[in-house]
Amino acid sequence: MLTITNVRKTFNKGTVNEKKALCGISLHLKPGDFVTVIGGNGAGKSTMLNMIAGVYPIDSGKIEIDGVNISREPEYKRAKYIGRVFQDPMRGTAAGMEIQENLALALRRGQKRGLGWGIKNNEKDYYREALTKLGLGLQTRMTSKVGLLSGGQRQALTLLMATLEKPKLLLLDEHTAALDPKTAKKVLELTDEIIRERELTALMVTHNMKDAIQYGNRLIMMHEGRIIYDVEGEEKKNLQVEDLLKKFEEASGEEFANDRMMLAK
Amino acid sequence: MSGIFVALQGAVAQGVLWGVMVLGVYITYRLLNIADLTVDGSFALGGCVCATLIISYNVNPVLAIVIAALTGMAAGAATGILHTVFEIPAILAGILTQISLWSVNLRVMGGKSNLPLLKLTTLISGVSDLLGITQAQSSMIVGVVIAALLVAVLYWFFGTELGSALRATGYNEDMIRALGVNTNTMKLLALMLSNGLVSLSGALVCQHQKYADINMGRGAIVIGLAAIVIGEVLMGKLINFGMKLASVVVGSIVYFLIRAIVLQLGLKTNDMNLFTALFVACALSIPVLTAKWKAKKAYTEKVEEDETC
Repeated sequence: MLTITNVRKTFNKGTVNEKKALCGISLHLKPGDFVTVIGGNGAGKSTMLNMIAGVYPIDSGKIEIDGVNISREPEYKRAKYIGRVFQDPMRGTAAGMEIQENLALALRRGQKRGLGWGIKNNEKDYYREALTKLGLGLQTRMTSKVGLLSGGQRQALTLLMATLEKPKLLLLDEHTAALDPKTAKKVLELTDEIIRERELTALMVTHNMKDAIQYGNRLIMMHEGRIIYDVEGEEKKNLQVEDLLKKFEEASGEEFANDRMMLAK
Repeated sequence: MSGIFVALQGAVAQGVLWGVMVLGVYITYRLLNIADLTVDGSFALGGCVCATLIISYNVNPVLAIVIAALTGMAAGAATGILHTVFEIPAILAGILTQISLWSVNLRVMGGKSNLPLLKLTTLISGVSDLLGITQAQSSMIVGVVIAALLVAVLYWFFGTELGSALRATGYNEDMIRALGVNTNTMKLLALMLSNGLVSLSGALVCQHQKYADINMGRGAIVIGLAAIVIGEVLMGKLINFGMKLASVVVGSIVYFLIRAIVLQLGLKTNDMNLFTALFVACALSIPVLTAKWKAKKAYTEKVEEDETC
């Protein structure tokens, strides 16, 4: 599925602001892997996701999806393989367009867009059905502007949009961090449900250790641009937050420096 | 009294012909949030190319309009490439193209700053001869037909997959790029489409006024913004997209009516630019000021009991 080999990225090379963001990351995801990613501030979690999505070019290394080398493809071309949900609920949807228009844009992810109608009548039933499954009552508001929705609703819609056309890889970058705890939980459960049901391969960055343990079949911990811990299966299931903190101290030789993460314990 | 009537008729004709330009400005200003200053240059470009083709090359006036529109698209592409490939801020990219078009336009007109069409046949004069109506009436009819046609085509285009992607680029670039759209291509396309319409309008205005002038596009962008604002005030913001496009042309007509009236009331033509600029400045600042005033007024020191909050 996804194979990352020795990927490096340094921001502002050769200046006082030089920041080694990724120091030779290698990672292999099997089809159906749901991997949670944790780590302190500046560990490179978001950078790794952005590199996979093609937001910035990498300095060296290789990124492959199903054997296709996408290391040098621009962001919009990689969209063919990748569905994404951002941290900011405002970033994943077009506020000034209708719910169904947003879905129609998402259904055509990675396809050539021509002069056929942007939204066809026979698609609408599919959208209605998909929205009904979200359980937020959005199926009755298909012609409402997305700007009228709450942050949680928008994030759920973005999730639906990212998976409407099955992606080879789903990237979730702290997609519940900007939501209140109750809504965050709901969106997370929805995420889990969609990933299971559609058998997606996913990478999910989170600041919540409990969530990182509870969801997915594999967990990786990052620190200073490296993956310092990688665990899956039974061993992952039996993890405790305390274990993770200890692992972190062992691997990095320092205390876990992240206020948000501590609170989430 | 009949003087005013004739003036108003001329104003409506002018308004609808300039309305085509406002449609172009609407694409960049409202759909992409770019204030594209290329417009002042590409409007004159349309007029200059059209006049030169008719006078020097004896080209059919309709074909001349089409070619003028194509040159406008090229001007839009210049701005678009400066903005997307070289990442020059849109406003500066527009200024660069606009300033270079001044030289280009003079070249097109063979070094002359003004080219009169005089007795040559134009689309407007052709229609007026054919139907036995005045030039102003003919301009109005030609303008309404072309504007209606363009509104219909634009309405269709912005409903297509490509058009939807273009609109989405204006709303949220990150999102539509993540959905596989090259946003640079969309911006380039929008700027070409916009300036194509602006030049087409310039060509129509040139045939209406029977001359092309190097300065005919000066302040066009401001007129465009004024017309858009007027259209929105008159027809409201919660209307469908087709009506929004139509409101832009209506706004242009109303702008030229207001202009004709204040000129009749004794405003000097030379002061017109100041008047328009003040009008646009007011139109843009009134919503901001009212919001601030309301927020100020809503504050009260008294603690209110509210069960629901």
